[in-house]
Amino acid sequence: MRRIFFLAEAEVLHILRDRVLLAQVLIVPVVQLLILSNAATFEIRNTPIYTVDLDRTSVSRGLINHLAASGHFQIVGTAPSLDRANEALLAGTVTMVVVIPHDFEVSLRRTGVAPVELSLNAEKGSSAGIVQSYASRVLAAYATELSPMRASPSIDVRVRGRYNPTLNYRHYMVPGILVALVTMIGTLLTAQNIAREKELGTLEQLNVTPITRGQFIVAKLLPFWVLGLLELSLGLIVGKLVFDIPMRGSVPLLFGVASVYLAVALGIGLWISAMVETQQQAMFVTFFIINIYLLMSGLFTPIDSMAPWVRVASEVNPVRHFVTIARAILMKGAGPAEIVRPFLFLAISAVVVLTIAVRQYRKRAV
Amino acid sequence: MTDIAIEAKDLTRTFGSFTAVDHISFEVRTGEVFGFLGANGAGKTTAMRMLIGLLAPSSGTARVAGHDVYTESEAIKRSIGYMSQRFSLYEDLTPRENIRLYGGIYGLTRQQIRERTDRMLARLGLAGVADEQVRSLPLGWRQKLAFSVALVHDPRIVFLDEPTSGVDPITRRQFWELIYEAASAGTTVLVTTHYMDEAEYCDRISIMVAGRIGAIGTPADLKKQFGVDSIDELFVRLARPAEKRIPDPGSPIPDPYFPSDTKP
Amino acid sequence: MSALDGLLRKEGYHILRDRRTLVVLLALPVVQVVLFGFAIRTDVNDVRLAIVDPAPDHATIELRNRFVSSSVFRTVAVVSRTSDLDPLFETGAVQQAVVFESGFASDLESGEPAHILIISDTTEPNTGNLVQAYALAVIDGYQRELASPRRGASALAGAEAGSALAGAKVRVAIVPAVRMRFNPTRESSNLFVPGLMAFVLTIISSLMTAISLTREKETGTMEALLVSPLRPWEIIVGKVAPYLVIGFISVVAVLVEARLVFRVPLRGSVALLLFEGGLYILVSLSLGILISARTSSQRVAMMGALLVTMLPNVLLSGFIFPIESMPAALRVVSYAVPGRWFVQIARGIMLKGVGLEYLWLETLILAAMAVVLLVASTRSFKERLE
Repeated sequence: MRRIFFLAEAEVLHILRDRVLLAQVLIVPVVQLLILSNAATFEIRNTPIYTVDLDRTSVSRGLINHLAASGHFQIVGTAPSLDRANEALLAGTVTMVVVIPHDFEVSLRRTGVAPVELSLNAEKGSSAGIVQSYASRVLAAYATELSPMRASPSIDVRVRGRYNPTLNYRHYMVPGILVALVTMIGTLLTAQNIAREKELGTLEQLNVTPITRGQFIVAKLLPFWVLGLLELSLGLIVGKLVFDIPMRGSVPLLFGVASVYLAVALGIGLWISAMVETQQQAMFVTFFIINIYLLMSGLFTPIDSMAPWVRVASEVNPVRHFVTIARAILMKGAGPAEIVRPFLFLAISAVVVLTIAVRQYRKRAV
Repeated sequence: MTDIAIEAKDLTRTFGSFTAVDHISFEVRTGEVFGFLGANGAGKTTAMRMLIGLLAPSSGTARVAGHDVYTESEAIKRSIGYMSQRFSLYEDLTPRENIRLYGGIYGLTRQQIRERTDRMLARLGLAGVADEQVRSLPLGWRQKLAFSVALVHDPRIVFLDEPTSGVDPITRRQFWELIYEAASAGTTVLVTTHYMDEAEYCDRISIMVAGRIGAIGTPADLKKQFGVDSIDELFVRLARPAEKRIPDPGSPIPDPYFPSDTKP
Repeated sequence: MSALDGLLRKEGYHILRDRRTLVVLLALPVVQVVLFGFAIRTDVNDVRLAIVDPAPDHATIELRNRFVSSSVFRTVAVVSRTSDLDPLFETGAVQQAVVFESGFASDLESGEPAHILIISDTTEPNTGNLVQAYALAVIDGYQRELASPRRGASALAGAEAGSALAGAKVRVAIVPAVRMRFNPTRESSNLFVPGLMAFVLTIISSLMTAISLTREKETGTMEALLVSPLRPWEIIVGKVAPYLVIGFISVVAVLVEARLVFRVPLRGSVALLLFEGGLYILVSLSLGILISARTSSQRVAMMGALLVTMLPNVLLSGFIFPIESMPAALRVVSYAVPGRWFVQIARGIMLKGVGLEYLWLETLILAAMAVVLLVASTRSFKERLE
């Protein structure tokens, strides 16, 4: 037992004297957090559009004004003809072209219905669908305005959004990014560290001592576990100060879950270190594996949108569960009862992963 | 029985079709300074790794400090010390911190650690640099310190793998003084080296050639037996025919790309 | 065999012998394409719905059926009180709730406004918006149908009167006719392939090259190379060539896989695409070399490569997240990110089928970056040697 203390103490000294590692823990994650949170958004703002008004009536101009006022669009130009608009679409300078037909007002007055053509540049990304839905809403809102006071039968629909009333994308992304950072620290640093010891030969020296592999692993992982939790704290502070992320649930609960999650992340790092021989391999393999986990975690894009088999596969992805829990606690104010299922998975993973990693570690080569 | 510290009988290690250590048999008595000589690739490092519990033997038997290397390798580790050639001390820790770490791992009390630290540093004249990182110390001092650290827990046997490589002759001499001190205190020393002049310092030596023991005995006896004036000559005579052999993958010179490759 | 050939051969052996790295290099593009195709999607379908219907009547039942039959929604819970919704939302079991009030049908019939409350989980804002829009569309459709029998008559009357807007009680509808250009099915796979090529290339040409070069430095074998008759540029070429080859192979692998598995179109010229890819590889390689010239530590090289090449090329290139959505500062920075230009070029070639006549500016910028970085990196490398 004392052995763990002595080795862990030495590890802490190593860490404190390792400037590269301190940079990896303090600087890189903060930079990543700042850039990621600002860049990773699907919000639609200032989408450049062209309008082609073939009607030129007050009604059609009203529609264009509504589009401009919505805040989502930036009218780059109003072309009198379709050709110019198409050019712009082809050249990629606009995302959407709105074409109002020449009988717009007349149709509305006569039949109450009129079409408006929306041509979207779908190459720009998933934003095309979102742009379309925003545009449709503007159209629908304008139509409602034009409608008489009471149309019957009428259904009065009220909408309410839960958990992210300001529709702030960063509030959605930051908890997930924190998870990613903590994972990187936990897995990459562990894998790198032990692979380095292997490469330098310092591991051998420890293998000749009577220290058991259990003691060795605990002493090795403990400092990184603490670092991971420190990382989470740092991330939360930055998230609060810079992005004002919500913290509706219990932060201690989050840390409790994080403690278990880190055990999984560290275990994976340990497992990776056992199957590589050099630092370089450790870095490549870790990067490769973490990449897979992150993409399938629902961090960037919702799990519900994933193909069915990926969704099923992600059930065994610990990152996914921690992302779910982090969002549930921070944004939804969820308590222990609501996160039981994903937490249980994390707890089981921790046991399994650590057991496998410990078993895999051999002091004596066969 | 207790005056045999190390014994091996037909100890063998193969890697696939390659035999690194080929049925070697020898004994080392308690308190002896035993020199384990051989060319790079002859198999001496592999043999040592089997004795200290880093590598499992393929066949044959061996006992170290009275324990069987197959079934009691962890017990062996409590009774031995080791100084590897590639690494001895953590460079970013101070001598004091290094001693404390290993002392703690071997179960010494804080009191004991403190006492031995002071004693060790005084003996080596390192009291002045006790709190400077090891990386700032010259190689010779590091090696001497590493040796002392390997003995911090008073092991019965200490294994040294090429401890004087790259060190100047004066330091080498000082190092051997330390070895003699340990031996006269009752510690058995098994040291591998390819400096043939150091062979003369040992009580007995063995010379490994192509995985086998080509010669074993006291330096004086061997010189007489083979009719040579120096161990160097003896070594050349034994080693020449085996020159064409594939290098021992357990050799201490690491492949920079695959450092812990133990397979050829 | 010249010295350079010898070096190239040694590098080849290294890569082939290092099985773990090799596996990662080969598997990376394959896995990335699969993951991006199947996992990185933002389409919304199969919305988990909860219904709060304290007093079900024929109208609420009808409307509820419409939700289900729309094939977008799936009712997973029916509760009687709004407060029961909390755990459902918090565990994520439900994404949206439709709350009826009692007396829904009677309100409709008597001409009173009937109230519905739609509660959407807007944790992820876009999904929240889309889900809301779908729900509104269903309700709107229902309302339209209720109104239509009466509408026909009054519309005619209105036409006669000259102003249907003022007279009859109709709802006005402006119907969007949507055309999705260049990617009619809006397959997300079509969108990510160009960015993915850039991503894969960045990993191989920048990250791995940087780490590999600094590894030589760390282990000291670089010195041996420097003392040999090899000239500095030969050392660079020799070390970097294998990654160039692997980079090309990976890009082709990504393209082939994308076409075969996801049927991503390639409407423009393949030759042009590969040429632009080559330019981008040169840019990435130069960055990798630059990074390795500045450090002897593999870990620092990895950090540098991550921050300077990977992060910008993934986040600021428009690969996943649209550049227009980013704050102004980042939008400006993205002009300096090579990946941004390459993604634009590749999308243009693949999805729009355009050529240099539209892409000449971007190509020029990419080429300029390649030249500048190549010069800078070789110079930096040489400096470090002296």
